[in-house]
This record gives sequence, structure tokens and C-alpha cells, in this order.
Amino acid sequence: MTGEVPMSEQSGMPQATRRQFLVDAACVAGGLVLVPVVAAGPARATPATMRTAMKNVVGEATVRKGKVTIDLPPLIENGNTVSLTVAVDSPMTAADHVKAVHVFNEKNPQPNVVSIHLGPRAGKASVATRIRLADSQKVVAIAEMSDGSFWSDEAEVVVTLAACLEGSVP
Amino acid sequence: MTRALINVPPKAKRGEVIEIKTLISHEMEPGYRADSTGVLKPRDIITDFVCKYNGEEIFRAELFPAIAANPFFVFSTVATESGKLTFEWTGDNGFSATESADITVE
Repeated sequence: MTGEVPMSEQSGMPQATRRQFLVDAACVAGGLVLVPVVAAGPARATPATMRTAMKNVVGEATVRKGKVTIDLPPLIENGNTVSLTVAVDSPMTAADHVKAVHVFNEKNPQPNVVSIHLGPRAGKASVATRIRLADSQKVVAIAEMSDGSFWSDEAEVVVTLAACLEGSVP
Repeated sequence: MTRALINVPPKAKRGEVIEIKTLISHEMEPGYRADSTGVLKPRDIITDFVCKYNGEEIFRAELFPAIAANPFFVFSTVATESGKLTFEWTGDNGFSATESADITVE
């Protein structure tokens, strides 16, 4: 009986489908107005390619959670310009400092976002920039310390406008 | 032409951690977008940004297409001595831009 179906299943699915339909419709409408023939979308990074990109940086070392803080808005209206701040808990002395901060993503065409190299002269381990996000996805920041250890943090973001425009709007 | 904005405090106390902001005008064409005729535009991005304090590197970034147009960076450094901070951006198609700012440390 339908009365016994849990609320989440009853109300969740049609909503998700309707939302997906609206997004698709918007993409198609936008594409029709701007580009009559839209080529197939570019290749996407996947969680697997993100892991490969991370491995290229980290090697065989283990990456521990902690010390790193990603500051990224959880809900992003425009994926073309997203403020990103990465801070690392470190005294930034000659003996103990952050050597590099690498940022990765799951679903942009490429898994790498930015690699930043710091040293004890930075004074504090906090950097900010603006990035592009092609879809709702996970963003990961990995900090490489002067003692060779790696620390990370990740953030899940929801992007409402980006992917469908990336292929069509100049 | 290329325009770069640099924000460095003109004066600082010795040992103070100062914040530096940089913004440069650049399309950062990621190489995955089509133009109005449907042809893919080739990649044209800034790939490297280096900041030096009296000749010594204090900040370096490798940029990928996921960096938004008009690359913006905020970072910090310890004010050690009076002198010059230089900023250099390099990228695809021979792109190169430099900028500098003076700082007085007391």
C-alpha cells in the first residue's frame, strides 16, 4: 500500500526528478538560443582521476585528516567564480612549516585546481583565491608539511549554475 | 593591455605578518568552452605566479584551468626589511606580466 511507503521516498524522488528536468530544460533552452549545435560535453574528471592526481603529489605517503581548513560556500550560485580559502594550522617556523597546498576537485574537466608553494616567510599558512566549479562535487585540499607529512580537508559543495553553461557561453 | 592590481601595505613593523592581495586581468580560457560557432576555443591561461621579496621567493602558485578568470590571490608574508616586492605572472602563448610594490619596514 502506498500509505506504508516512507515519507522520504514518497516526496524525495519526484522532487529530484523535477529539479533535474528543470536543470536539463534550462541547459537545452540556453544551448538552443546560444549555440544551435552543442558538441558533446568535454571529458570530466572523476573521483578516480582525482585520486590519481592526488597520488602524483603525495606518492606513497599517507594523508591524514586534520590541520587543514577549507572555506568554501556550501551553496554556490555561480560556479564561474567561487571564493576559496585554505588555512593550515602551522606555526610557520623554519623547522615546522607548510611547504605546499594542493587543491583538487572531482568533476571539473581536470582534477587539479591549484598548487601553492609556501615557506616559513609566509608568516601564516592561509591563502585565498577564486576558482571555477563545473558541478556539485567534493573539493579536497592537501597540505604538505616540512616534515614530509600530508594533511587534508574536504568540502562538499552544491553548484546551481555552471556545468551547462561552461560548454556554451564564451 | 594587461592590468594588475596589487595591494601591499606601504609601511609595516618589523616582524609583522602582512597580507598581500593580487588581481590580474586575464580571460583564463580553460580550453573546454566553445565559441558562438561551436568550435572549441584553445586553452589560454596563466600557469604560474611568483611573488618575490627583495629577490627571494615567498609565494608561488601553479594555476590550472579551474582558476577563475582574472586570477586573484591573497597570501601573507613576514615584513623583514624595507625593499621591493615583485610579482610575476607567466602563461600560455608567451603571456608574461610583472608588477612591483615598495614596502618600508620600521
